[in-house]
Amino acid sequence: MFASLQDNLRTALKSLRGKGKLTDANMRDGLRMVEEAMIEADVAYPVVQDFMARVSEEAMGQKVLKSLNPDQQLVGVVHEQLIQLLGPVDPSLHLEKDVTVLMMCGLQGAGKTTTCGKLARLIGTEGKKALLVAADLQRPAAVQQLHVVGESVGAKVYSEENASDPIAVCQNAVKFARENGINVVILDTAGRLAIDEELMEQLKTIDRKIGPDQCFLVVDGMTGQDAVNSAKAFNDALELDGVIMTKLDGDARGGALLSVKHVTGVPIKFIGISEHMDGLEPFYADRMAGRILGMGDVLSMVEMAQREFDQDEAMKAQKALEAGSFTLDDFKRQLEQIMRPGLMKKMLGMMPGFGDMANMLQNTDHEKDMRRLRGIIDSMTREERRTPKVITPTRRQRIAAGSGTSPQEVNELLKQFDAMSSMMKGASPSELIGKMQRGDLVDPTGKMKKNKVGTGKRLSTKERLAQKKVRDKALRKRKKR
Amino acid sequence: MGLFNPFKKSEEQPAPPAEEQPSGFFSRLKQGLVKTSRVLNTDIRDLFKQEGRLVDDEFLTELYAILVRTDMGVGPAGKIRDQVKTDFRGRVVHLSEVLTTVKTELVALMQQPETPIQFAESGPTVVMVVGVNGSGKTTSIAKLASYLKSQGKSVVLGAGDTFRAAAVEQLSIWADRLGVDIVKAEQGSDPASVAFKAVDFALQNNKDVVILDTAGRLQTQTNLMNELDKIRRVAGKKIEAAPHEVLLVLDATAGQNGISQAKGFSEAAQCTGIILTKLDGTAKGGVVVPIRQTFNLPVKYIGVGETPEDFALFNAEQFGDALFADAF
Repeated sequence: MFASLQDNLRTALKSLRGKGKLTDANMRDGLRMVEEAMIEADVAYPVVQDFMARVSEEAMGQKVLKSLNPDQQLVGVVHEQLIQLLGPVDPSLHLEKDVTVLMMCGLQGAGKTTTCGKLARLIGTEGKKALLVAADLQRPAAVQQLHVVGESVGAKVYSEENASDPIAVCQNAVKFARENGINVVILDTAGRLAIDEELMEQLKTIDRKIGPDQCFLVVDGMTGQDAVNSAKAFNDALELDGVIMTKLDGDARGGALLSVKHVTGVPIKFIGISEHMDGLEPFYADRMAGRILGMGDVLSMVEMAQREFDQDEAMKAQKALEAGSFTLDDFKRQLEQIMRPGLMKKMLGMMPGFGDMANMLQNTDHEKDMRRLRGIIDSMTREERRTPKVITPTRRQRIAAGSGTSPQEVNELLKQFDAMSSMMKGASPSELIGKMQRGDLVDPTGKMKKNKVGTGKRLSTKERLAQKKVRDKALRKRKKR
Repeated sequence: MGLFNPFKKSEEQPAPPAEEQPSGFFSRLKQGLVKTSRVLNTDIRDLFKQEGRLVDDEFLTELYAILVRTDMGVGPAGKIRDQVKTDFRGRVVHLSEVLTTVKTELVALMQQPETPIQFAESGPTVVMVVGVNGSGKTTSIAKLASYLKSQGKSVVLGAGDTFRAAAVEQLSIWADRLGVDIVKAEQGSDPASVAFKAVDFALQNNKDVVILDTAGRLQTQTNLMNELDKIRRVAGKKIEAAPHEVLLVLDATAGQNGISQAKGFSEAAQCTGIILTKLDGTAKGGVVVPIRQTFNLPVKYIGVGETPEDFALFNAEQFGDALFADAF
């Protein structure tokens, strides 16, 4: 997400860095590159101009030019302005009333129905009951889709057969909610073009007759320059309360986020980062600005780790580690947790300086790797899994044959296990993250660093000197010849 | 140059054959693009409010802003601006002069032969439709099916989106409405098997065209992109050259990410063309310009509405003409 905006900005700022001293002239060059990076990232042109005007004003001031690290100052200025543009935010849903009505609207194919399901799931986790209302009577099978989505997140779906008037459906749904003790009603309206006057009028009528407490615009994260037009039209028609941006899990540059925020001024509430029902993240301006500039977002990463990892499993593994009884079985479970497709990439993308690594990972097939590793571990005897030290070359051969791999791969796995268990021993999560940030976890080849342990063959000073003498003697002999 | 001179138009641009031009094609295309051209033309005219204006930096920046707003990207927009700069710098110009240059540049960039579907020499032609989530694949398939049917082809649809909730139902409803055959499987089943069955069905029943739907996917999802290759291979098991066409459905509202989409899907599924959808909104779909430049991927059809008739062949000159229709 935002990778390209990030890359382009980084290149722009890097070229400034090389200049040594910043002058008025090369600062202008740098600013123009920032501007082009933003256009390439699909930020709408008027927004870019406005943003650049503000950045330039700050940057061209004496403050930046005279500072010791002008490029860093410029990054700071851009960062600050990004936060200002993206904020203030408020990711809460404000569900105080007995029955809160949320209305979703947007263009066709923005992801309204999927987002409805994600919201219902989120509301469900807060212990409230959500009702999904099928008010999209336009698109074929939209009602069925909502039913399937509702079922998968355990939310009730209100629909009327052969209905033709979405307004009536919405009214009846709200009544239904009141009678059945449901807390939140989510209206899934049909996708429409902002210039389709008839359908926009219909949306206004729903807004007037139902009076939804909040109205969310769902915007496709891949939208280009047009984002300003449609967002403005919807905002004019409805007075939006928030924006949800979808499909940000690809390589969308997400510039539309800036555009929409700029023209509507309403907070961005959530971002959709997966096609699955749990792929909805609250939006934070400071974190996002940091992410755009490649400063990393450790806070989000920790939160995600806590959410994504099975806490019981993690506790078990931690206990096993502390007790010194971390076995290959535990290792396998841990691997399964972190090797889930996409997870690693997501997490790495949030870490400062790891963006490139995330790209590298993109081309590797985790599931395949995972299957192979699992196969190797499954081909071991219980004893071998518990105490990997007993694995001799012949056993290794057998394990390799059993799992359809090579002895080298078995070795590789054992090395990783070794590295992991020694690394994890006694390390608190915060220490680990610190290590990750410093890059201490991996050796230059990208593999996990091996912890150094005594070989039992450490020589005394005397012995070392004696050996050196022998070596020098041999060397002199060779030179003479 | 002369090709775009309005006075030579009649001899240089013969009307397309009648069978490829459903009634009111041009008007529909124009209707869909009228919003686009209104923006372009009004804005450019704004630059020339006083008859004849000096071409200076301010002028060029304004022109650049207008071009960027079409989503064509920094590259092509910069190229056009520089062209105008070399041609008119320091001169006082008239609206028509600059418009001719801009249009010439635009059409030259977009220039492409009118390329409808390459039908198989014998047996069914297999058309696979791919794209990101929500770009309008299913609707485009319905339109394409209706379009081919109106040309007298028998069509069978393969409901290969077995992932999204109710996608199969959506396509089934279209198949019912259009009166074409559909081959489907349960949600969650292997899309490649649906493709195989659909091709098999077409062979058994002597159908002319098989249109395979696929689930929406982002071009960065490696495994899902590999799945497209599998569908391709499986479709090719029964008919050697299949799929004959792989069409990428591109949302006109998509910005520069469209380039990444074209790249990703071309690599994974060897796309042969683009269906540009949602051109009836305020979006301009200018991203097809850099796509054409970089990947040589032609736009074959355009979608300008929600009904099956809102579908037409793409034509660069008409596209350009429609953009600047009111200008001359």
